[in-house]
Amino acid sequence: MTTSTSPLHRLSASLYRRRRLRLGLLLGLPVLWLVGVYGGSLVSLLTQSFFRIDTFSGTVDRSPTLQTWQQVFTDANMAVAGRTIGMAAAVTIAAVAVGFPLAYYIARYTSGKTKSAMVLAVLIPLWSSYLVRVYSWKLILAAEGIVSWASGLVGMTGVLGWILDLPVIGGPSLSTSTLGQFIVFVYIWLPYMILPIQAAVERVPRSFLEASADLGGRPATTFRRVVWPLALPGVAAGSIFTFSLTLGDYIIPTVIGDSSPFIGLAIYSQQGVAGNLPLAAALSFIPIVVMALYLTGARKMGAFEAL
Amino acid sequence: MRHRATWLAALTAFGMILAACGDSAGTDEGDSGAITEVGEGEGALSIVAWAGYIEDGSTDPAFDWVTQYETDTGCEVSVKTAGTSDEMVALMTGSDEFDLVTASGDASLRLIAGGTVQEVNTELVPSWSTVDERLQNAPWHTVDGKHYGVPYQWGANVLAYNTEVFGDTPPDSWSVVFEETTLPDGESNAGRVQAYDGPIYVADAALYLKSTQPDLGINDPYQLTEDQYQAALNVLRGQRDLVGRYWHDAFIQIDDFTNEGVAASSSWPFQVNVLVGAEAPIASVVPKEGATGWADTTMMHVNAPHPNCAYKWLEWSLNPKLQGDLAAWFGSVPAAPSACDGNELLGPDGCTTNGLDNFDQISFWKTPTEDCNGTGGECVPYYRWVTDYLAVIGGR
Repeated sequence: MTTSTSPLHRLSASLYRRRRLRLGLLLGLPVLWLVGVYGGSLVSLLTQSFFRIDTFSGTVDRSPTLQTWQQVFTDANMAVAGRTIGMAAAVTIAAVAVGFPLAYYIARYTSGKTKSAMVLAVLIPLWSSYLVRVYSWKLILAAEGIVSWASGLVGMTGVLGWILDLPVIGGPSLSTSTLGQFIVFVYIWLPYMILPIQAAVERVPRSFLEASADLGGRPATTFRRVVWPLALPGVAAGSIFTFSLTLGDYIIPTVIGDSSPFIGLAIYSQQGVAGNLPLAAALSFIPIVVMALYLTGARKMGAFEAL
Repeated sequence: MRHRATWLAALTAFGMILAACGDSAGTDEGDSGAITEVGEGEGALSIVAWAGYIEDGSTDPAFDWVTQYETDTGCEVSVKTAGTSDEMVALMTGSDEFDLVTASGDASLRLIAGGTVQEVNTELVPSWSTVDERLQNAPWHTVDGKHYGVPYQWGANVLAYNTEVFGDTPPDSWSVVFEETTLPDGESNAGRVQAYDGPIYVADAALYLKSTQPDLGINDPYQLTEDQYQAALNVLRGQRDLVGRYWHDAFIQIDDFTNEGVAASSSWPFQVNVLVGAEAPIASVVPKEGATGWADTTMMHVNAPHPNCAYKWLEWSLNPKLQGDLAAWFGSVPAAPSACDGNELLGPDGCTTNGLDNFDQISFWKTPTEDCNGTGGECVPYYRWVTDYLAVIGGR
């Protein structure tokens, strides 16, 4: 054992004896990153929001004030927040409705190659650029796009027109309507809902279902009282993705829909166009607070065990 | 791409903390950068520019006005592109590493007022005499008779329209995008017009009101009193019901003209050129109310590290080949009119197509300030334009 005196060995031996140093070396960098860069940015953001923009020169006045926060709670900004949160909630519910049956099928009724193929089919869209997919949808939903062409072929133009005439969700064409925007959001974030649900359903033991059936539970009862409660953490985990991703997205609203601003877009405009850093910082706290509340709720539903 | 944006945001925030700590250095150096004759180049040149403004042939080999300059002067060009005027101002005020910036009118005066750019000695730019006379003393780069830059390119925000919709009666007023009307094809314009997705568009509404409601007394669409401003916002709120989508990305608008049945919109010559090139039924006019537009100036940092190379570029930037090629590439009008003749890429009518004859009808972009750009009185400043225009687009 002559090699035991090599520098590497001595280092490893001394590290073995000093537990704290070992832990410090291992976690030091990540902790520095989290606390310094991530936490520091948040603190800087919060600090910025208590400054205000000087009306004369358009520069940031660094004396503490609550003036910027008052501007956050105007009608227009609340409407932006409401629109974004409403869309995020709607997208999440739709993603559960579409994603759950598919995830359930993959988990319960497929195995081997079929299962791999189906999981792959869910994942493949994520391999192409997000922008490419959004722009393709713009073409699909355009006034002279595939959907309106196909609805003409099967004599459904009237139905499409009726849908587009509806208040709130309608618009001149699918690609400039809130409905179109909703469809694209659901499409883009759906894989993030399917995968956690599939993982959760797979962990429901088959014997539970058999036991439920033996005790006289009809399929609907079994689903309601056995499968759904056990899959709920997966649903909650998936909803964290769909909800937060929709909440923070600022690309889809500029490409699809009627250009009504979302929170991300409002922040971007205040920061990038107006140079109003304090207001941008204050607005950033709306999604942060919403997500904090959401995560607290999701944790109660056991979402973090299903990730 | 989205991830990168997040990282950038985090890094920027961190950088700002650092910047805030070391803010007081290097502001009082006086006019150290001023030189009286152009000497040997320093071997490098750093420019802040709009995307597509400084092309070295890497996007399209036919469009290259950097390589020749580098060969001639030995100054190696590096370009930092910026997406907004505010970004340009931030880059220029935040560091001493840049020599030049291609500033639009809504940035140039801020740079001059902030002491970020230096006076340009026009005698060191022999081609200065070739600059369009209407631009030589333009107020967005000339203060107290001193020139703070060399005009680069300009263009108008034209009214683009679909010739199949309008047939033999092309629109002659912005009313087709501001008021609900029946278009020549018999259908309403609701849902078939677009507007620009930038707060500076408030000026377009103000310009429209200037001729349609003279009682308001609007003189300059960038200097609005509270009453005039509210009137302009009301026009924009009415327009919200007509607009299917607000545009900010030229290529999205090109697509919308092709696939969404857009009948009319405020647009740039760039989109119109692309669409006409693709044989789409699109044409453009400058309506009777006039139009807003942009005029860019190459300005020099007060502490430019490579002043000789910078002066060599200022001279180079006016040569007819560069001016003409750039105009063809960007859909803009050359600052040096001689570039309009005999440029292969631009073609014989290129300058006219891009709006050479519209100069007098254009209100060039400038940043609205509370003191009405120094003319006295009280005007609504730009940051309110941003907030309120966002609210208008959001339906408020």
